[in-house]
Amino acid sequence: MKKIILSLALALGLVAGAQASGGDTIAWDKAPNKTNDLAALQNGAKIFVNHCLNCHSAAFMRYNRLTDIGLTTQQIKDNLLFTTEKVGDTMKANIDPKQAKEWFGANPPDLTVIARSRAGHGGTGADYLYTYMRSFYRDETKATGWNNLVFPNVGMPHVLWQLQGVRRPVYDTHEEHGHQVQVFKGWEQVTPGTMSALEYDQAMGDLVGYLQWMGEPAQNTRVRIGVWVLLFLTCFMVIAWRLNASFWKDVK
Amino acid sequence: MAEFKEISPNASTGEKLLNWVDNRFPASKLYKEHLSEYYAPKNFNFWYFFGSLALLVLVIQIVTGIFLVMHYKPDATLAFASVEYIMRDVPWGWLIRYMHSTGASAFFIVVYLHMYRGLIYGSYRKPRELVWIFGCAIFLCLMAEAFMGYLLPWGQMSYWGAQVIVNLFAAVPFVGPDLALLIRGDYVVSDATLNRFFSFHVIAVPLVLLGLVVAHIIALHEVGSNNPDGVEIKGPNAPKDAHGHPLDGIPFHPYYSVHDIMGVSGFLLVFSAIIFFAPEFGGYFLEYNNFIPADPLKTPLHIAPVWYFTPFYSMLRAITSEMMYALIACVLAGAFFGATRANLANIFKGAIVGAAVVVSLLMLSIDAKFWGVVVMGGAVVILFFLPWLDHCEVKSIRYRPDWHKYMYGVFVVNFVVLAYLGVQPPSPIGERVSQVGTLFYFGFFLLMPWWSRIGQTKPVPDRVTFTPH
Repeated sequence: MKKIILSLALALGLVAGAQASGGDTIAWDKAPNKTNDLAALQNGAKIFVNHCLNCHSAAFMRYNRLTDIGLTTQQIKDNLLFTTEKVGDTMKANIDPKQAKEWFGANPPDLTVIARSRAGHGGTGADYLYTYMRSFYRDETKATGWNNLVFPNVGMPHVLWQLQGVRRPVYDTHEEHGHQVQVFKGWEQVTPGTMSALEYDQAMGDLVGYLQWMGEPAQNTRVRIGVWVLLFLTCFMVIAWRLNASFWKDVK
Repeated sequence: MAEFKEISPNASTGEKLLNWVDNRFPASKLYKEHLSEYYAPKNFNFWYFFGSLALLVLVIQIVTGIFLVMHYKPDATLAFASVEYIMRDVPWGWLIRYMHSTGASAFFIVVYLHMYRGLIYGSYRKPRELVWIFGCAIFLCLMAEAFMGYLLPWGQMSYWGAQVIVNLFAAVPFVGPDLALLIRGDYVVSDATLNRFFSFHVIAVPLVLLGLVVAHIIALHEVGSNNPDGVEIKGPNAPKDAHGHPLDGIPFHPYYSVHDIMGVSGFLLVFSAIIFFAPEFGGYFLEYNNFIPADPLKTPLHIAPVWYFTPFYSMLRAITSEMMYALIACVLAGAFFGATRANLANIFKGAIVGAAVVVSLLMLSIDAKFWGVVVMGGAVVILFFLPWLDHCEVKSIRYRPDWHKYMYGVFVVNFVVLAYLGVQPPSPIGERVSQVGTLFYFGFFLLMPWWSRIGQTKPVPDRVTFTPH
């Protein structure tokens, strides 16, 4: 019993300690839900194709599926395709995997279902990505010159730094149990980007919304059909209930 | 051979056709025996929906499985992509896939509830021992089916879950490493493993499963269904009508067919709500990590099996080398108790104690990991022996001593706690709780011959309790 109490206390202490130490990772922000907002999804698709697709593939996603978010085949061809690609192709990165590995230490992961895979105790995958894209900071000790608060020592540089500008995390230092503890307080803009902080957050909201939609393009159809299925089944249940009652009234 | 029946030439074409068939195949006979004249007790309650629901889920899994196999590629380089192809490019593929993935979890929910029904109403007791045993074998097949099916999407959890479980077999003394090699077909989980698991998942295990389901139902219809009162409606002293049909029984069709349709509608409502609105079910039905393609070089931080295996996984993790001492104490105490109390010749008593000492020595000398596997397997195997462990005078929980109800209540809570701990990353406190839980789980069954006899049972009525609707 003593051992149990001791281990309980120890476990709590560890959890509390991990939370207090901070610095390494931060709580995830809530991403706006834009999977039904076609304008946002189209903007997100544009950002994705222009900025992400150079290094990251979305190898299970076909360009022409973008018709689901209101683009015409002609619009996709004119704005989102390179010359050699066909509209029925899947989204493949142009980077050579060998070089990528050399440059970043790892191959940039495929992004088709990234929003589904990154969910966890901190929130949805969209929350994670939304926080991740807004948590880069300058770190001269890293090969790329960039580091990230939710993904420490990440291999990816801050690709959108020109949009966001350079930021620096600010910590509060206070004492806890005789130790100096750093707690993440917020961000400080070092140099401005082409977008304001609000504009950048909105752009990232659109991008994350797109990633979330791309993770399961059928999701809106699924929910729409689901409502009808449940309505049908509710009616069916009433009929089944009355049918049962009419047979069972004979059973004495 | 049955007598060849002639039918009046004025009979309708349908009747003539049926007569033609009946003279060659027992169509009408089977229909009567299993549906229209299979008499089931009229006092079935909510718990009795889950048998027919299990059959429904089995059909859902087979039909959706057939369609998935049309598009799935059992190849380590193509498997993950083919699942996404089904989710995106195959018309209605997402629905078929979600039905199958949700169906797997639904199968276990339904089967756990179905088994619990059998447990509380004593449906495993004479003369239904074989019904129960076939059922336990079905459960075992279901576990194999689910485990091998889970590898097929070839995500990180598929891969590492299989790696962990197959590695357990390597803990078996002497043959372990070769056994694990035989299962994997390679030194790590690989394309060879994927191919053989695919073969087992779509052919071998379903064949056995279907055969067992047929045996389960044939055995059930031979002895008749139990009911919440545990009263035999077809026994020699049970009241019967002029035709010899039990007064407390009603024909399965139409009474229970319409009743089960009502159950089906309720089940489908919940099932569809999950498929259409929460197919991942918060990461429990489809684990988030499984959306990352399998990477043999990157071990995930926390490998958890899918929720339906976690009670057993908890018991596996509970067996540490420290826990072995507790188990050895249990074995020795059990042997000593058996030897002193049992009415046996001295030579048998000596044999019991001797065997216990040998087992204890083996427990000390062989790695705890192996005994963890034994405990995990034993947790399922012990269910097979339930008919001979229960010595209570009455079958149903309704007429057992009140404290038995609390016992079954604690059993459920314990099972749920073990399931919860199996999902969590290992922790010192979790380990301690799961060890207590494991001892309770086995104590519940192994000590049943003793505790099930204790206490005052209530009088069992002659007829089933039933209030007309």
